[in-house]
Amino acid sequence: MKLSGYETGGTGLLDATFAALADPTRRAILARLALGEASVTELAEPFAMSQPAISKHLKVLEKAGLISRGRDAQKRPCRIEAKPLGQATEWLEKYRKIWEAQFARLDDLLEELKAHEKARPKRKPTKR
Amino acid sequence: MSKTGTLTVTAQGDREIVMTRTFNAPRRLVWEAYTKPDLLKRWLLGPDGWYFIQCDVDLRVGGKYRYVWKNDEKGETLGMGGEYREINAPGKLVCTEAFDDFPGEAVSTLELAEHNGVTTLINTVHSPSKEARDGMLATGMEKGVGRSYDRLDDVLESMAKPAGSVA
Repeated sequence: MKLSGYETGGTGLLDATFAALADPTRRAILARLALGEASVTELAEPFAMSQPAISKHLKVLEKAGLISRGRDAQKRPCRIEAKPLGQATEWLEKYRKIWEAQFARLDDLLEELKAHEKARPKRKPTKR
Repeated sequence: MSKTGTLTVTAQGDREIVMTRTFNAPRRLVWEAYTKPDLLKRWLLGPDGWYFIQCDVDLRVGGKYRYVWKNDEKGETLGMGGEYREINAPGKLVCTEAFDDFPGEAVSTLELAEHNGVTTLINTVHSPSKEARDGMLATGMEKGVGRSYDRLDDVLESMAKPAGSVA
């Protein structure tokens, strides 16, 4: 069975995406960039962080392909890139869908087991 | 945090996937459903069209399990298996898991906690490699299924939540 979607070097990128998204500051930066592009100075403002610290986070995000930086040498505005984020979410969503269906079946099975126990109480709770 | 029946799946770093869900049943029943072949065959089936052709469980530390599913329509089979590392019924089950068609081995930790007859399940799957992680999805993969990436707002909303749950 072949994996769909990420064959062409995509898994490495997906890896970097998950790593980049693991950090709350980086997620907040992405949330800010979803509203529009911003410079490092603008991004540093709402966080109690120095610009170099923010720059480090931006590098991780850039490496993961989640953001791109503008050419303007002084401002280098950051903007969000939708595709890797979409892939990471798609991956999780697929995984969730599979398990959601399985757990729905497990719910039914558990109801059946409970009813079965009620009808024929095989084991009574024993005190230890 | 989650309501009964709501499944959350979270990526924890780039190596772990954490699933959380509650079940309206005592945990010993959930435990049985996870460890008895007759019961596993009823629910652990992946997407529609797949069914078990082999389901062997040797429930002891160092014991092995082996699952093979088949899909007639696709004419495909999918096998996976692993070894039990820690068994603490009905609260904790640790096992390795590897898919036949994918290199790498993941470690799955299943934790079941019970409160007022409701069981909270937390399943953490740690993949030492991206290959093993991708293998976890093997049963769900269908060729040519593309999705649009236009859902950025939803994505960001869910990613920005501290728990990082994907709705």
